[in-house]
Amino acid sequence: MAINILEPGLATTVQDQGRPGYYNVGIPQGGAMDSLSAEMANALAGNTAAEAVLECTYLGPKFTTDAEAVIAVAGAPVDVKVNGEPRPQWSRLELAAGDEVSFGMLRGGTRYYIAVRGGIDVPVVLGSRSTYTLGAVGGFEGRALKAGDVLPVGTALDIGTGGAERTELEEALRPSFDKEVTVRVLPGLYDHRLTEEGLNTLLSATWTLTPVADRTGLRYSGPDIAWKPRAQPFGAGSDPSNIVDAGYAVGSIQIPGGKEPIVLHRDAVSGGGYAMVATVISTDMDLLARSAPGTKTSFRAVTLEEALAARAEGRKVRSSIWG
Amino acid sequence: MTDTAVQRTDARYSWGGDEFLFVEIAEAMSLAANYKANAMAALLTARSLPGVTDICPANASLLIRFNPDILPPDRLEAEVRGVEDEVAHASHQTLDTRIIEVPVWYDDPYTRETGARFRKGHQKPEGTDLDFAAEENGLDSPAEFIRRHHESPWLVSMVGFVAGLPFMFQIVPQKDQLEVPKYLSPRTDTPPLTVGHGGCFACIYSVRGAGGYQMFGIAAAPIFDPAQRLADFRDFMIFFRPGDIVKFRPVEEAEYRDIQAQVDAGTYTYRQAPVVFDLQRALDDPTAYNSDLLERLHGN
Repeated sequence: MAINILEPGLATTVQDQGRPGYYNVGIPQGGAMDSLSAEMANALAGNTAAEAVLECTYLGPKFTTDAEAVIAVAGAPVDVKVNGEPRPQWSRLELAAGDEVSFGMLRGGTRYYIAVRGGIDVPVVLGSRSTYTLGAVGGFEGRALKAGDVLPVGTALDIGTGGAERTELEEALRPSFDKEVTVRVLPGLYDHRLTEEGLNTLLSATWTLTPVADRTGLRYSGPDIAWKPRAQPFGAGSDPSNIVDAGYAVGSIQIPGGKEPIVLHRDAVSGGGYAMVATVISTDMDLLARSAPGTKTSFRAVTLEEALAARAEGRKVRSSIWG
Repeated sequence: MTDTAVQRTDARYSWGGDEFLFVEIAEAMSLAANYKANAMAALLTARSLPGVTDICPANASLLIRFNPDILPPDRLEAEVRGVEDEVAHASHQTLDTRIIEVPVWYDDPYTRETGARFRKGHQKPEGTDLDFAAEENGLDSPAEFIRRHHESPWLVSMVGFVAGLPFMFQIVPQKDQLEVPKYLSPRTDTPPLTVGHGGCFACIYSVRGAGGYQMFGIAAAPIFDPAQRLADFRDFMIFFRPGDIVKFRPVEEAEYRDIQAQVDAGTYTYRQAPVVFDLQRALDDPTAYNSDLLERLHGN
């Protein structure tokens, strides 16, 4: 079975749960940016959490399938149409051979996910099917989809032997796509290099997500943040926000020149010369992925213990979708 | 800290959220700090701790990704501190690695053309990146800068930013380090395989894209091969590893084209030889040590 891409959408890529283990040579973890929505799409399509899905950003694709298929769409709110007729998001959808699937405009958020029963069956590269476009690794020919692409679909698991049985996801379990969001961060790394006032500003101001936001990272506008002046160490570069190039934690926040904090996301550059001052906790990375430009964002400081508690809570939410 | 002492001071530990542990070995770049990062990474890798997913040595720091559900943060920290202690007390500061010869066409038309497109806002709008680099280092000419660039070998101090990009630190005393500021505003384009320089670091751009390092030339053969066509990439699509030692060899256009033809034919392989990097020897007498390394490269 295959999916025929008629229109590719703006930046549609194949993603799964990512490619850990190669960050030491600059290959990022990748994977669905809004991992919970992707997992929900898989659950609804009768897959496990591991099957590769299509990540659609702002503008989705138009496609047909060449055989009967089961799909599900989860994530940012969007009108789903099959042969021009509206069909529900957050539900299992049965397609006949040749049915045409298309999407309307987003009504909020940034990304939604299309899962197909059996998963998108592109080759596994370094342990993952995720697309790393900068390195042209993984996914469909290492790139975002184009019109005319034919995506192979894998063999489906039997329902009840690994594939999920759920056909709908009730509203209470769905993530929200708000215009205001509070993101929990753990201060650290090089936060001692900010002035006390600078760190307070980062953790108390309301930040606005700029349009400069993609799988690599998200840039926020807001007040300037002061770095402590100092004589720079050898090899670090001239600005007080510079360090000797170091590895970047995924989710870490850097503030080049004290302006417009950048949060790195799942296709992060693996290192560089800007000091990181806090890191978004793993549980809240999906919140960033759901944010649309203009989203008012607060970074709230938590402790490592609180981050681990949030992680355990997040795991409960995740397991509830498979129940 | 000076560049003549083995780095024995305590590193600084900090958490990057609930999945990353960051270890800053030193604020300043030095061979000793980089050695410690690589040595700690090697020992930690050898421990094969369940729950550790990525071990990323960098210039003067180490970043570790872990799954706290499998390996609690305090246990990871204890393991890494144990590794730090082991490195500090090792009697021999050595690392098994290799030396590789990298042919470079310096002052080539590709990076020159790209440089010309981004002159506006450059520190030296009326010259080239090489002119600027020579001037910044008080050298007589770009040719002298090029000579210094390829005369002494470089240590790959970090691989990353994007897939397979090596950062390199020259094995010379700190007073002889070539230092060149980065572009004031990053370029939106850099030819793949550009040999660049920012601060005290050389790099080779593995893919086309944005970049802020000054551009001096172009490497003749791939360093990143996702299709794994060439023999040097049969095991892995990325060529460089932290700890590799690189000797640049200047080539002119004819040899550059010849190497490109070998790459196209799938027959090109890098000249390389296994070596043991000895930190103390590199620090004590870099000139003698470098000539030893080059003898190994040329099979003497």
